[in-house]
Amino acid sequence: MKNKVPLLFLLFALTALFLGMLFGLTASLQYLLPEFLKETVPFSKLRPFHVTSETSWIVLAATGSIYFFIASVEKFELFSPKFQLLHFILFLLTGVAIYFSFAFDYTEGREYFAFKPILMIPILIGWVLFAINYFKTLYTNMKGWPVYYWMWGTGIVFMCYHLMEAHFWLFDFFRLNFIKDFAVQWKSTGSFTGSWNMLVYGISIYLMSEIKKDTDVATNKIAFFFYFLGLTNLMFGWAHHTYLLPTQPWIRYVAYAISMTEWIVLASIIYNWKRSVLKIEKENHPMAYRFLLATDFWIFINIILALLFSIPAINFFTHGTHVTVAHSMGTTIGINTTILFSALFFIAHYVRPQLKTDTKWVKRGFVAFNISLFIFFVSLIIAGAKRSYWMYVSKEGSFAEMQDSIVPYYISFFIFGIGIFISLLIVATPIFKVLLHKIKS
Amino acid sequence: MVSNPRPYIFIMAVLLALFGFYNYIIYNTDGYVAVEKLSPVAVQGQQLFQSNRCWSCHQLYGLGGYLGPDLTNVYSAEGKGANYIKAFLNSGVKSMPQFHFTEEEKEALVQYLKQVDETGIYPNYDAEIEATGWVKIKYRNEE
Ligand code: HEM
Repeated sequence: MKNKVPLLFLLFALTALFLGMLFGLTASLQYLLPEFLKETVPFSKLRPFHVTSETSWIVLAATGSIYFFIASVEKFELFSPKFQLLHFILFLLTGVAIYFSFAFDYTEGREYFAFKPILMIPILIGWVLFAINYFKTLYTNMKGWPVYYWMWGTGIVFMCYHLMEAHFWLFDFFRLNFIKDFAVQWKSTGSFTGSWNMLVYGISIYLMSEIKKDTDVATNKIAFFFYFLGLTNLMFGWAHHTYLLPTQPWIRYVAYAISMTEWIVLASIIYNWKRSVLKIEKENHPMAYRFLLATDFWIFINIILALLFSIPAINFFTHGTHVTVAHSMGTTIGINTTILFSALFFIAHYVRPQLKTDTKWVKRGFVAFNISLFIFFVSLIIAGAKRSYWMYVSKEGSFAEMQDSIVPYYISFFIFGIGIFISLLIVATPIFKVLLHKIKS
Repeated sequence: MVSNPRPYIFIMAVLLALFGFYNYIIYNTDGYVAVEKLSPVAVQGQQLFQSNRCWSCHQLYGLGGYLGPDLTNVYSAEGKGANYIKAFLNSGVKSMPQFHFTEEEKEALVQYLKQVDETGIYPNYDAEIEATGWVKIKYRNEE
């Protein structure tokens, strides 16, 4: 294997993941000790560091995996290895620039993209290079394209679009009209998430078909049905983030109707529960397989939560509380991160077939990770429910008193956050070793 | 099984056309209640709100970070308002750091929050929850 750029992407992604968790832990400490660190690194400084690092982990790990699958596993000849290298260098330099921009308070941007807006330009160029490389490499004939090729292509194109849309506020046409501007801001971030989900879910289907050695999961009509359903939600479902914003009601009606189609996804998960359990080829990919099982579980939990609060009557009470954070981290960690770890184990095995991945420690780490995440998630839900109770039911006491009453749940959130960090570090150690070894060799 | 891409390409084309049309309308539709455009001073306030990352602890319409309270209607809330906002900026509180804004900057932030306040209500205590699961929110012009 000559091309090491995909592995560099993966190493870069893992670094962002672990750095990001350290930022997240330091930030959450301020829920427990509000005065501590507030003058040196206030919460408002740490949150963008955390959120941007973690979204970068997802996007970079997905990018590295996709490059790896098409070039090294499927053995397509990459249209331009130079573009790929340039893509990596651009992202690496921009990543460093973003950290500098956060550290020195050049944060003119908005939530999720708080850095200097100009840094969006190299990011966009990187995505365009990826798009050219991807389509030029794969587009000879779309006949027989399995669903994951569609998903990756869609993810890349929509990523470009929504990253631009997230910066429409730079134009007065949007900016001067607060409600429209705010709606478009949350439209873009919702669909940005939808775009990376296209990349990551595509990876999960790819892994399933590879681990099972069964291409049917990626080519049958049902797979395409769910792909188009997901795309419809990406395009039109975002407004469930803004049910309480005084936009035109039709925008919210559309979002309500579209969001409810996800019940079909839930029904199909329950219906297919037994069949979806992968049986074959576990021996070769024990950890990749386990992580996909964990994904199944987390999808189930998160989809129920998401479906419930996509109902405006329930959203009314959960919106603006930590229930939303439980959803964000429940999905980014429970679903995206588990799929990406499955991909990492698959790739590690591919790079070094003799590697034994399911060692005692890795298995323990895996179990500890899931348990920690569960308690972390439940703590956030309880914290959110208590805030909601204060907002809508008791309406008594100040904001600070309400926050103080939630401290026990913030403590368990913090402790099990440490649990997630340590357990993932244990799980990731063999992957780090393989990547470093291969990159150096 | 080799899948025939033609129907999929067709579905994709239809979805993209709908998406284009939908975006066009969204980008050209104002909020439900007619309000004044942000004034130049309010825009300056908004930029300060961004550069100082106020949104990472505070919410507007429930969107933002969650360490601090929502600010949508802090301007018009009983017992709050311009001086209340400025006092917090001067002193900081609990995990909120002390900011060192000039008087002009504080005024810009207040103007921004004032104009946000005029766009609507959050939390929307008088919203009607319907049996269909729909929530009919109350707008500023219905007060
Ligand atoms: C060590 C574990 C972690 C801790 C302690 C932690 C802590 C936090 C904190 C304190 C916030 C801000 C919540 C607020 O505004 O009140 C947050 C937000 C967020 N975190 Fe984490 N985090 C951890 C791991 C992760 C990981 C691994 C990911 C993704 C893979 C992630 C993704 C996010 C996202 C997307 C948000 C934004 C939530 C929103 O805007 O609704 N976090 N996290």
